Amino acid sequence: MAIIEARSLCKKYGDFTAVNKIDFAVEEGEIFGFLGPNGAGKTTTINMLTGLTRITNGEVMINGIDCVKAVKNVQGIIGVVPDESNLYDELSGLENLAFCAGLYGIPRPQGIKRGRRLLKQFGLEEASNKSFGAYSKGMKRKLTIAAGLIHNPRILFLDEPTTGIDVVSARQIRNLILDLNREGVTIFLTTHYIEEAERLCSRVAFIVEGKIRHLETVEKLLEQARKENIVEFVLINKKALDREVLQKEFPETRVEVKGNRVRILTPQQVSLKPFIDRFTEMDCVVLEARLIQPTLEDVLVQILGLDTSGLKEVE
Amino acid sequence: MKSWIAFLSILKKDISTYYLKPPNISWGIIFPLAWTLMFFIRTGEPIDIKGILPGIMGLSILFGTTSMLAVTITFERRRESFNRLLLAPIDLNLLMLAKTSGAIIFGVANGFVPVLIGAFLVDLGGVNWPVILLGVLLISITSTFMGLFIAVGVREVFEAQTFSNFFRFPMVFLCGLFFPISNLPIWLQPLSYGLPLTYGADFLHEAINRTGMFHPGFSLFMLFVFAAGLFIFSIRNVKKKWID
Repeated sequence: MAIIEARSLCKKYGDFTAVNKIDFAVEEGEIFGFLGPNGAGKTTTINMLTGLTRITNGEVMINGIDCVKAVKNVQGIIGVVPDESNLYDELSGLENLAFCAGLYGIPRPQGIKRGRRLLKQFGLEEASNKSFGAYSKGMKRKLTIAAGLIHNPRILFLDEPTTGIDVVSARQIRNLILDLNREGVTIFLTTHYIEEAERLCSRVAFIVEGKIRHLETVEKLLEQARKENIVEFVLINKKALDREVLQKEFPETRVEVKGNRVRILTPQQVSLKPFIDRFTEMDCVVLEARLIQPTLEDVLVQILGLDTSGLKEVE
Repeated sequence: MKSWIAFLSILKKDISTYYLKPPNISWGIIFPLAWTLMFFIRTGEPIDIKGILPGIMGLSILFGTTSMLAVTITFERRRESFNRLLLAPIDLNLLMLAKTSGAIIFGVANGFVPVLIGAFLVDLGGVNWPVILLGVLLISITSTFMGLFIAVGVREVFEAQTFSNFFRFPMVFLCGLFFPISNLPIWLQPLSYGLPLTYGADFLHEAINRTGMFHPGFSLFMLFVFAAGLFIFSIRNVKKKWID
């Protein structure tokens, strides 16, 4: 049974429709990703699911509870980690966690105990008595995630958990997310990092301008992409490469040009020689030629015909 | 049980983070002290301390309570840490009561600072202290909920402070704190009867000096009506504007 079910979910602000009749279901125990550019409706969707924003139309059931009629019951079993680290600067790490535990009716001694355990799990033990305001961005992010877990929720909502933090902390957070999922926590994750969605999620919904354009398991999405062979050439070219011209030269393939990189996508394996010869005739020097494993970005471009400039590569 | 743990957690956090800070405590002492001395020095002769005591108590409570809500509500909302409270499984009414309880307690404490100062200057015997406490508590609740009403209606802390002053300073003159309402121009008097502090000040005048205009029960009833109305409208505004 799905632990989260959204049907015809819609959010309007006056004449503007931020989320337009989306449907999805999240199975218990999975990591479900909402991938989309800034302004796509990801945060608005999370806010509707968690009760921070009123639903204009539609229905949301979380663990069989109607989010509209009994949102406080839902809030007892979910944890929410917003995109901004919104704990209290004046309180220490441990005090913040104990306070958050208190919000869920956990008595202080128990809250302190759970807080210490989470601080240890998140590698923040040494900073437990430092004020939150003095934490680095990565530490703040980790503590905010810990605060979302203090009451042992069944579902964790993560809104862009690694945006704006350093590479090392981001990697640690992704590993923490995977560990939490292994412990049985269902995770609903929004991100605009394609690679993050690919690494973490079992299923991904692509949301653009308030609509879900595609929803599929990551494995099936990559399988679709793997039906094509992708060869990438890195060139030194004296003149700008014209994609149209190259496409005409190789009609049985699909050609993509990005600066000095040319990608050739074909359903069957091909020899590289014709391409290298043609590039040489075009006064280009071929620096590198390699077979590319298709990524989620390739899928986005292929399935949705999207410009992926709004979505980012993870460093 | 869980709700009360949450209530106490919020109250305790606010008290330690906001109310028990030196600037706040000094405000609670210096403000009423300054007003008392101003009256004392202005006349250059002994003044009726008991006569001005209700006014200064009312003033201390009003300014003490309404100032804090700009921080505990508007500031936290701006910083989005208030969202953490809205996401907790605590009823909204109880949540807002938790957020305002600190201000109410602070207001009651503020209200008795002039009494402590006055006790050194005059004999305050014969005053019915439980009745005074009830009056001070209700004035504190009403003033706090007025501050709440303003705080949830704005986005920025400076807006909360500006709008608070828009109400607070006229109330110093309109609510019968230091002179009877009957001394006001006739066209201003209806405005006085529409302000909650009028009934609070009158209750204290009656309780301390037996110089109130209204029956004390009526004043308490009006304070209760204002408090309930301001709270209900504040909650409505939170639901309409914050959870939109």
